[in-house]
Amino acid sequence: MSAESQAPVDPTLVGTTATGTERRRTRVPWRFIGGRVAFYLFTLWAAITVNFFLPRLMKGDAVDSFMARSQGQLTPDAEKALRALFGLDKSVPLWDQYVNYWNMLLHGNLGISISTGMAPVGEAIASALPWTLGLVGVATIISFAIGTGLGAVIGWKRGSRLDLFVPVTTFLGTIPYFWLGLIFIAIFSTTLGWFPAGHAYEVGVEPGWNAEFISEVVSHAVLPVLTIVVVSLGGWVLGMRNMMLTVLDEDYITVAQAKGMPNRRVLWRYAARNAVLPQIQSFALALGFIVGGTLVMEMVFSYPGIGLLLLNATNAKDYALMQGIFLVLVLAVLVANIIADIAYAILDPRTRQTEA
Amino acid sequence: MTTPAEKTVPAESAPALTHHVGVGAPETAAVLAGRPQNSPEHTPERKTFWSQLKVSLAMFSNPKSATGLIILGVFILVAIFAPLIAPYDPQAQNLDATLQPPSFQHLLGTTHIGQDVFSQLVYGTRGVLVVGFLATIMATVVAIAVGVTAGYLRGWKSEALSALSNVFLVIPGLPLMIIIASQFEDPPLVVIAAVLGLTGWAWGARVLRAQTMSLRNRDFIQAARANGEPLYRIILVEMLPNLMALIASSFVGTMTAAVLGLTTLAFIGVIPVSNLNWGTVLFWAQQNNAFPDYWWWYVPAGLCIAILGVALSLVNFGIDEYVNPRLRSAGERARAMKKKGLNINATVTQVRTGSSAPSASTPSPSNGPAAEGATE
Repeated sequence: MSAESQAPVDPTLVGTTATGTERRRTRVPWRFIGGRVAFYLFTLWAAITVNFFLPRLMKGDAVDSFMARSQGQLTPDAEKALRALFGLDKSVPLWDQYVNYWNMLLHGNLGISISTGMAPVGEAIASALPWTLGLVGVATIISFAIGTGLGAVIGWKRGSRLDLFVPVTTFLGTIPYFWLGLIFIAIFSTTLGWFPAGHAYEVGVEPGWNAEFISEVVSHAVLPVLTIVVVSLGGWVLGMRNMMLTVLDEDYITVAQAKGMPNRRVLWRYAARNAVLPQIQSFALALGFIVGGTLVMEMVFSYPGIGLLLLNATNAKDYALMQGIFLVLVLAVLVANIIADIAYAILDPRTRQTEA
Repeated sequence: MTTPAEKTVPAESAPALTHHVGVGAPETAAVLAGRPQNSPEHTPERKTFWSQLKVSLAMFSNPKSATGLIILGVFILVAIFAPLIAPYDPQAQNLDATLQPPSFQHLLGTTHIGQDVFSQLVYGTRGVLVVGFLATIMATVVAIAVGVTAGYLRGWKSEALSALSNVFLVIPGLPLMIIIASQFEDPPLVVIAAVLGLTGWAWGARVLRAQTMSLRNRDFIQAARANGEPLYRIILVEMLPNLMALIASSFVGTMTAAVLGLTTLAFIGVIPVSNLNWGTVLFWAQQNNAFPDYWWWYVPAGLCIAILGVALSLVNFGIDEYVNPRLRSAGERARAMKKKGLNINATVTQVRTGSSAPSASTPSPSNGPAAEGATE
């Protein structure tokens, strides 16, 4: 109304303030990015510090357990040398140890793993990490896509029979990963023989970028991925459905429908786009759970990833390897969270507009 | 809000009143409507505790929560009366009857050294619930302390506490649990519970902080502060009743995570196998190649974990619907409209021929629950 009285401009061409912001070049949300970067750096520092102090607060340490395992075959001199090697020399002040620890980390040195024949921890992790990242990455993306889509449709068709999906997926979500993995092995591998029961590929197959190896890897990954998807689906479905129910009551949905917009567009472009935002935010929480579940599931499937490495390290009391794994996992989760943050900033213009 | 009762005795009646308003319970409309007739002058002082208790338990009074609580109650009874229920000593070996399939002698069969699986599960319930509750209580206390404080304070202190809980939220819990638990040779139950609690409090703290921040600026808190009430009283008497639903919800969620964490740790053998729980049963089954032939050994233990998890999530569903009535009313409203031959997603407002209930055709969030009550 006011636009008409002030100047003879077509109001549809002027648009709203939001259109104006859209038309200008995209603002970089520096404040948002800065806050997140500070938080991630703080988290990383906290994780590293916990990692440093944890073994030093406990009674025994890696060298003690190594000495116990070698049963008196090592001299006290050797023990002293080992302590110096692991940075556990008790004569050095704690602060110097802490500085040394950082120095080692910044040079990419995670220490030496006892259980894998004195190999550097970094190498042991580097050979296992791709398997876990592939497994968790693929499974999480599949689960997020299916769960969110399903949740949106269930929320849209509220009150219909689709509501029964929610208790079913929730029940599946309360099953421990490792148990479902074992059941799947029993059903699909041992009884039906459809998929192999464990490992990432058969012993005889030579790793490489050829069709045979890739099909091996895919067929071995089906059961683990299926397990993660089935268990983690429930959380996404429930979260999306609940958010949809809230969003569908908003006035702008009524307006969109009232002006005759096709239902499909209202559902996906108007309702689901807003309802998905909390989903992305809850990614941080979910990822920790999924990573934890995957670690245990790798033990069940003898999958050669981080989880199996962690179990072996735990059994061998290989503290350096355990801590290295923990650090790498924290790093991986942080990187995934950064990706989720970027996705959030892209999907929600408000994070960008608050800068203006 | 501004009834005479609040003016005369603000401190005592404020929580009872604002509990409904603040949380947005489905009963809000009914309570607000019924209040002038029922209590013209002031709330009866003697009944305050019981009415308060009834209000606090209202979140459990829907079918979903009740079902969940009943299942949970059965597990608790089993844990308490384990010696009476279990037909055998869970560790007693009977080498004459190893790996027996289920029979009337052994309801769920026997293990590789003739232990009765059913008795192991019954006693295992005890291990799961004791550690689970202990861990959850620890985590909830920390979550309330950190969350409410962070929500009530302002400035960098609040931000620091919030950052702390976010750090614990982002760090993957299970590896941390494994690392801490493996530092002990033979960790006692309290330590296991503490480790589970340490990794489980952050989510509750985050939710509580958000709610406390929104409560902090409400009128009744401002009034209490203006009255010169001490900080502990504002937090304990004015705020906590309004946070009950969220605390209960985070308690239940933490418990689910703690049970899963405990059984997982037991399954991979990080915590001592002498602490009998469902995870230990699975640990022995895995160690002795029970998969896949001896299904009676591993299927029931996993189902127990899943059933307990379902019970806990049912309780949480109920609390969610109490806190956010739309979750329930949306489905009910859609079903009610369907019964009348209408489609809730129809783009055009349909004209009904047999006009029976005029209110249902214009769904709006404010009168949703009230309209439901009216039509029933």
